[in-house]
Amino acid sequence: MTDHIIGRDRDATDRDDAPATTAKDLGGDRELVGRSVTINRPASELFAYFRDFANLASFMENIVRVEVRDPTHSHWVVKAPGGKTVEWDATVTHEIENEAITWQSDEGADVPNSGRITFKSAGARGTVVTATIAYDPPGGAIGKIVAKLFQREPAIQARRDLRRFKQLMETGEVATAARTIKQFNEELG
Amino acid sequence: MRALAWHGKHDVRVDTVDDPEIVNPRDCIIKVTETAICGSDLHLYDGYIPTMQAGDVLGHEFMGEVVEVGSGSTLTKGEKVVVPFTIACGRCYHCGKHQYAACDNGLPADNQDIAQELYGQPMSGLFGYSHMTGGYAGGQAEYVRVPFSDVGPIVIPDGVEDEKVLFLSDILPTGWQAAENAQIEPGDTVAVWGCGPVGLFSIQSAFLMGAERVIAIDHFPHRLELAKEFGAETINFEETKTYEALMEMTGGIGPDAVIDAVGLEAHGFFVDNVIDQIKKSTFLGTDRTHSIRQAIHACRKGGRVSMPAVYGGFVDKFPLGAFMEKGLTLKTGQTHVQHYMPALLNAVLDGKIDTTFLISHRLDLEAAPEGYKMFHDHQNEVTKVVLKPGSGLLAA
Repeated sequence: MTDHIIGRDRDATDRDDAPATTAKDLGGDRELVGRSVTINRPASELFAYFRDFANLASFMENIVRVEVRDPTHSHWVVKAPGGKTVEWDATVTHEIENEAITWQSDEGADVPNSGRITFKSAGARGTVVTATIAYDPPGGAIGKIVAKLFQREPAIQARRDLRRFKQLMETGEVATAARTIKQFNEELG
Repeated sequence: MRALAWHGKHDVRVDTVDDPEIVNPRDCIIKVTETAICGSDLHLYDGYIPTMQAGDVLGHEFMGEVVEVGSGSTLTKGEKVVVPFTIACGRCYHCGKHQYAACDNGLPADNQDIAQELYGQPMSGLFGYSHMTGGYAGGQAEYVRVPFSDVGPIVIPDGVEDEKVLFLSDILPTGWQAAENAQIEPGDTVAVWGCGPVGLFSIQSAFLMGAERVIAIDHFPHRLELAKEFGAETINFEETKTYEALMEMTGGIGPDAVIDAVGLEAHGFFVDNVIDQIKKSTFLGTDRTHSIRQAIHACRKGGRVSMPAVYGGFVDKFPLGAFMEKGLTLKTGQTHVQHYMPALLNAVLDGKIDTTFLISHRLDLEAAPEGYKMFHDHQNEVTKVVLKPGSGLLAA
């Protein structure tokens, strides 16, 4: 009881109402990144676009491509430092149409990771989209490369990707200051 | 194409750079017919604004002819348009409320980080004004890529002179919004600090909104003369005690509404941040914050404070006590240009508002560097420099 009062072992029941991803101390070694954005479009439209994982590369900066193998299996190719890429297979583990998608990397992934994206109606303001991504910082040689990749401020990366998703869905395009197509392609890297 | 590019403090040059192209579907390309140097450009010129890069093309007040359109543009080649300095998407929640300067999508995603960290949420993009506001190439050039061309630029009817409508791009709507934010009631006395373009336009606007008296405060005699021509009474703060004068001129009540149009030269967000951060330990503040303090001090009880002046960071000694005890209301913000453009275009076409009086100098784009220097060195005589690409007009 004393422990409970001084808060040494906070558990779900004595936390406040804020999302777990905003906790100052998450506990453990696992990395957890969560971001919300409100998009002025209906949930069904956002869900449909996101659910076709081949679309993800159009707004997620680090994704080279996602190959969709069947309704639940896909292959992800993700940028790594030094012009390299890392790849893994992923499986959709849970799905509620127009509401949520949960996925997990398959055994043997370079970066074991899992994620969930939810779509919640915000009435006249559109839809609140929340992305939560959990991953285990890997060890080994490849792990070093990957760790470097994810050290690119994963929270900032997630925020930027969600902003691009919002721009694409609301305006039909991703905002760029490029004056020429050449400049635009250079920015895409 | 030729374009005025920033290279460093007091170093702007007309360079040959790549022509702009349609990059996104809703883009258009315009051939610039007229563009102006804004007071806020002088802060770039003075090197106050961080996140500038050598080669950045300046200019956020411009108009021109549509020469190319993307598949999502609603404009037609050959149309004459004035372009708002704020880059807004027209589709997000804020644009839906006509809060265009608060657009969620005007800034490229990566450029939103600085403002998000500094202010909590990012705002719209701006043309030609550092990378924090998007890094978009500006309008002091022969051609400009204009994003979201289906919601931003306003089409000007044939036969209207460019000079009559050029200032719809920024300073006229900014002056109008300043007066609107002062929530003027018939019979009001309004005091305006600063008789630069925005201050002068807010004086004009205040009268149109029913103000009985406007009192203009500045120290440049020529600018005070211009204010007088619009019917304002004037206070030269170098000769007169401003607070005492305002109290006497309003029978001891104070102005019903006050407008701080002094800091407005800066559309940037960092100026005061930098200045205040550096000077905080040694100064109580800066001249720039002095005007808002004085405005709050002079404003009558229950009055309104409108602040088109741009502040970037933190200010010292904000008179929060006076503000609270007198029950004042403050309205401020970057201008929702797209919201005001149609009505103001009509007001110009109907002859209710004339802004051409402001233009003191006309130059070719090639003479832009001289234009900057002239504007920078002679703020009393030089009220507005308009650049006309291809006109051959050279500096005297």
